[in-house]
Amino acid sequence: MASKSRRLPFNAAWLGLLPFTAFAVLFLILPTMKIVIGAFQGQEGGFTLQNFVDLNTASNRNAYWTSIKLSFVTALLGCAVGFGMAAAVVFGGLPKGLRNPLITFSGVASNFAGVPLAFAFIATLGPVGLITVWLRSEFGINLRAMGFNLLSYWGLVITYLFFQIPLMILIITPALDGLKREWREAAEVLGATGAQYWRMVALPILFPSILGTFALLFANAFGAVATAFALTGPQLNIVPIKLFAQIRGDVLGNPNLGYALAFGMIVITAAANILYIWLRVRSERWLK
Amino acid sequence: MMRFLAWTVFLLGCFYFLMPLVGMAEFSLRMRRGEYSLDAYAVVFADPRFWATFGYSLKLAGATILFGVLLVVPTAYWVRLKLPQARPFVEFVTLLPLVIPAIVIVFGYIRLYNTSSWLPMTGSALGTDILLTMGYATLALPYMYRAVDTGLRTIDVGTLTEAAQSLGAGWITILARIILPNVMVAVLSGAFLTLAIVMGEFTMAALLNRPAFGPFMQLIGANRAYEPPALAVIAFALTWGCMGLMQLATRLAKHERAKA
Repeated sequence: MASKSRRLPFNAAWLGLLPFTAFAVLFLILPTMKIVIGAFQGQEGGFTLQNFVDLNTASNRNAYWTSIKLSFVTALLGCAVGFGMAAAVVFGGLPKGLRNPLITFSGVASNFAGVPLAFAFIATLGPVGLITVWLRSEFGINLRAMGFNLLSYWGLVITYLFFQIPLMILIITPALDGLKREWREAAEVLGATGAQYWRMVALPILFPSILGTFALLFANAFGAVATAFALTGPQLNIVPIKLFAQIRGDVLGNPNLGYALAFGMIVITAAANILYIWLRVRSERWLK
Repeated sequence: MMRFLAWTVFLLGCFYFLMPLVGMAEFSLRMRRGEYSLDAYAVVFADPRFWATFGYSLKLAGATILFGVLLVVPTAYWVRLKLPQARPFVEFVTLLPLVIPAIVIVFGYIRLYNTSSWLPMTGSALGTDILLTMGYATLALPYMYRAVDTGLRTIDVGTLTEAAQSLGAGWITILARIILPNVMVAVLSGAFLTLAIVMGEFTMAALLNRPAFGPFMQLIGANRAYEPPALAVIAFALTWGCMGLMQLATRLAKHERAKA
């Protein structure tokens, strides 16, 4: 009886998490819940799926499709090029001194996104940019006449790669370092060629890391607003820009459609990230 | 053959990354016709809005870092010391800002804390500043938490706490004088990353209508020709500075540990 009365009804140590939980609830969970619930509410409240029906217009479908394509292509290219550069530095026989500068630069470049990145590309590949003018005056190549326009889908792809590739380099380099020399030697002793080693040993081990990073890059591009907005202004029809315009001026003509639009973004980035976390847990088994 | 391929990939990559950096630097010098000059920078630095917005973002970055440290260090410490079973929950929450796009979070803020809501934070400038600081703290949370938690892993939290307690120290003393100095390097590296994130942030500040550096850059970009690349050079130098200081902090940590 006595010992029972001294024990608190719950573990008092949990009270120490109160500030953190309060912060998370107020500034992370409640705002997100507001969006999620709003997506399923009509103008006067009450549960409805009407918002998703109304959202299903050609323009909105097109925005989602362009966003998904943009995120997919930049994630794919980012992974491929980032992997190539990381592999070149880790196994390619390049001087050891190049490795640290590459990692440092990747840290800077992966954070150099948003408005200034757009400016840098306009100054380089824009109508009067350095490369554009140089190609025209020295080689007579007119990028514009060839159909290239920085303020378009492919312009965005080229610009997004500036932060996608470095992110891949930052994440995949430790994974490449984790490939043990013994595995390669064991494969060679058993008569494997270089290509066989990569196809049957190294890539299967790296596969979860690569696919996981792909998912992270996908979500990274999907949620990016500032770069696209500074590059093309409010016209380009991708989901984050559309949501930005909707929050500022209700361009869809119905505030609840904004919730539905945002809910769609959460679903897509959450799916990509769940894939990332799951694959990361799997890949870490091999890299201990 | 292998080496040739490696060099090709590496050099092509370098070309891609250097191209826009050279482009923006060159363009920013072209303001005066026929010769290179620093005119664009002079115009930018003479603009009072530059200093106002830059100062504003710097203040907010300071507030975000202070708040982040006060929130993350005690929480991470407490989880390590007393509540290891809460780790999955806390880690999950700290990863949420990577899952939910910033624009969605700020959309939630606007709808949840508008003037007709139960907590009308957007009703006043101070309230909106606090809301924006909280938003930035959310964006920085994954990086801050991970940095501090890694820092805590290298010290023996339990023994240090018991030693301090047996000498009569209270919780505040333990946190401020024992734990914080021991994870200072991790805190600094998180702080510099936070600074880099906050200084260039556009979406949250623009949608909350606050005069931050990001929206200012966007405004200049929409109206001027030569000033935007100058701003991009300044922003790049700032990011580079933050990352450099972060690396320096990490390197110092390794050095300290090697000595110990």
